Amino acid sequence: MSTTESRPAGAPQPSDADGPLLSLRKLSKSFGPVQALSNVDLDLPSGQVTALIGDNGAGKSSLIKTVSGLWSPDGGEILWEGRKVALHGPRDAEALGITTIYQDLALCDNLDIVQNMFLGHEPLRHWMMDEGTMEKAARQTLKDLSVTTVRSIRQPVASLSGGQRQSVAVAKAVMSQAKLVIMDEPTAALGVAQTGMVLELIKTLSGRGVTVMVISHNLNDVFEVADRIAVLYLGRLAVSGPVSEFDRQSAVEYMTTGAAGRSAA
Amino acid sequence: MSDPVSTGTTPEPPGTDPATGLGTMTEETSGSALSEAALVDVAPEVLANNLGEYFAAWGRRIRNGESGVLPVIAGLIIIVVFFQLERSTFLTAQNLVNLFVQATIFVVFGAAEIFVLLLSEIDLSIGYVAGIGAFVICELIAPPVNLPWWLGIICGLAATSVLGFIQGSLITRLGLPSFVVTLGGYLGFYGVMLEVANADPTAVGGVINIDPNSPVYKLVNNSMSVTLGWIVLVVVVALFAAFSLIRSRQRQAQGLTTPPVGVTLLSVGMVAVGGVVLMLICSANRGLALSKINGVPYVIPVVLIVLLIFSWMMARTRPGRYIYAIGANPEAARRAGIKVNRIKTMGFVLSAFTAGIAGLIYASNQGSMSTDINGGQLVLFAVAAGVVGGTSLFGGRGKIMHALLGGIVIACVFNGLGLMGVSTAVEYMVTAVVLIAAVTLDALVRRRAVAR
Repeated sequence: MSTTESRPAGAPQPSDADGPLLSLRKLSKSFGPVQALSNVDLDLPSGQVTALIGDNGAGKSSLIKTVSGLWSPDGGEILWEGRKVALHGPRDAEALGITTIYQDLALCDNLDIVQNMFLGHEPLRHWMMDEGTMEKAARQTLKDLSVTTVRSIRQPVASLSGGQRQSVAVAKAVMSQAKLVIMDEPTAALGVAQTGMVLELIKTLSGRGVTVMVISHNLNDVFEVADRIAVLYLGRLAVSGPVSEFDRQSAVEYMTTGAAGRSAA
Repeated sequence: MSDPVSTGTTPEPPGTDPATGLGTMTEETSGSALSEAALVDVAPEVLANNLGEYFAAWGRRIRNGESGVLPVIAGLIIIVVFFQLERSTFLTAQNLVNLFVQATIFVVFGAAEIFVLLLSEIDLSIGYVAGIGAFVICELIAPPVNLPWWLGIICGLAATSVLGFIQGSLITRLGLPSFVVTLGGYLGFYGVMLEVANADPTAVGGVINIDPNSPVYKLVNNSMSVTLGWIVLVVVVALFAAFSLIRSRQRQAQGLTTPPVGVTLLSVGMVAVGGVVLMLICSANRGLALSKINGVPYVIPVVLIVLLIFSWMMARTRPGRYIYAIGANPEAARRAGIKVNRIKTMGFVLSAFTAGIAGLIYASNQGSMSTDINGGQLVLFAVAAGVVGGTSLFGGRGKIMHALLGGIVIACVFNGLGLMGVSTAVEYMVTAVVLIAAVTLDALVRRRAVAR
């Protein structure tokens, strides 16, 4: 079963002619004797949603921390739009257009939605923050992402539901012109309705041509939203491919044993 | 008050409230998207379309235990009634003007402390930082140095800012707790202040007098004439009204979130009423039999201007916004690219700078500067004024302007106890009780916010 039909019609098509947006080649990272990542090869095609799944300790966090520039790899290469890049910190990753949304969302509860979306990047006019420009841009971005449930764009983030907070974090990423958005367990701790809201948001995001990597434990969510699945097992990439090559059974087997018992494709 | 309730420095896991999840599907209309409990966190003017809805939103907040300043206002009324019953001179024009002048000191100290409280830090040293600033000013404008008054003030405030910078740098660069560093500063700066006092041969017994012709002396001890006072009040209210309405109109034209016009008019009206009450109190003759003294002491408009500038800075400039962001979630601020250490250090500099202003007012009020200044008590009053005004000890919540309310409450207690002629022992104990009561209120508000 494929989920590509769920994309809104007329959305900008990913330009996959010029290869994947991000490619990892033989990426390795170890801590003393512990091999967190070993020779991981992974392509993230432009504009697609790739779900990164794996058991606890499989290396999911190590992978996103490396890609987001927090950790530097011990070996291997990171190719961005086909060019080799070195990420010396989160700033480097951000400059390329890689935004990582961690589970804590990094929002300030006392600031309102607009203030959170522009935090650290406020446009200035006569030494003052240009609230008008900020509010208009924030409103437009939320509208583009079909986030319509917030009562007021000026309400503090403390008053938002979990799904709405996730939406604000995503909108913040979109605002910063992110090309790749990495989301760490975006639906963990969310109820059914809010999970649905976040999954819709991910689809909208990829419909707009943004590449998304979702780390998730929840296979329901993965099959609902992902175009591709990559499975990590004990720091190695067990398998990666279009979601149509997997079913629930094989995905679980890859996660638990690193190989599929019966051929799924 | 209109500031949002922060849930503190630890980010809550999202989606802990299943009740609010029901209304968040995209096809739902916006009105029902949030439960009433969540809306309590939203400032009334954000949600309301008119004055009626504004009051309804207020009512909802109060019903949900988000009573804002109400307990403080209630406390203030009880304090005033108590002292009036004890001493009938409490509510006389003469005493009230005196009380307002005392309040300016606590208000400015409170504002100084609020800068660091918003960062979820504390500064215990500002009492003696203020003392050092006041000594520097008084010594520089007196013989033998004889600097012009304004240059003396600049030097004094620069000196206190340096002290703030030193403490802020120690706290941020070495990662030391502000409590310990400024506790050290509290004692250490007391010593520095004694040295500064000793350095001046004209300071006999640690006291240095201020020339009564100097503006530093006149700041507290002279008043605007009543006529000038009314003119200033009318001009200020008219400007404020025009500015608010034009701004409101502009925002509406641009399609931005705008508080209802009724709310804008209400705030203009409250400023006008406050100004008229102040003018009426200050217009009464408060001199002794022979000489007539009336008018608004210069220090009151000066302090209001200082608070306005700081409020503008906190609301409209990047560093101000970053102070709030760091206070609520330093990790989020860091990830947003904010130079957290630099902003924190700036917070301590601002605090010490503002303490310098408080020291200036203190010295002007005394007509001299003395090593008898009680820096410890002043710090406790500063923290109490900040917290009573609604600033959270846990960071990220509060406003500079609220120091006004906190400072007046503290001044009422201080002034009332003075009228009753209580002993120093009782004064200290009451100071402590006021502080603990204020912090308890803050903790209760916070606990309720977290529980929700």
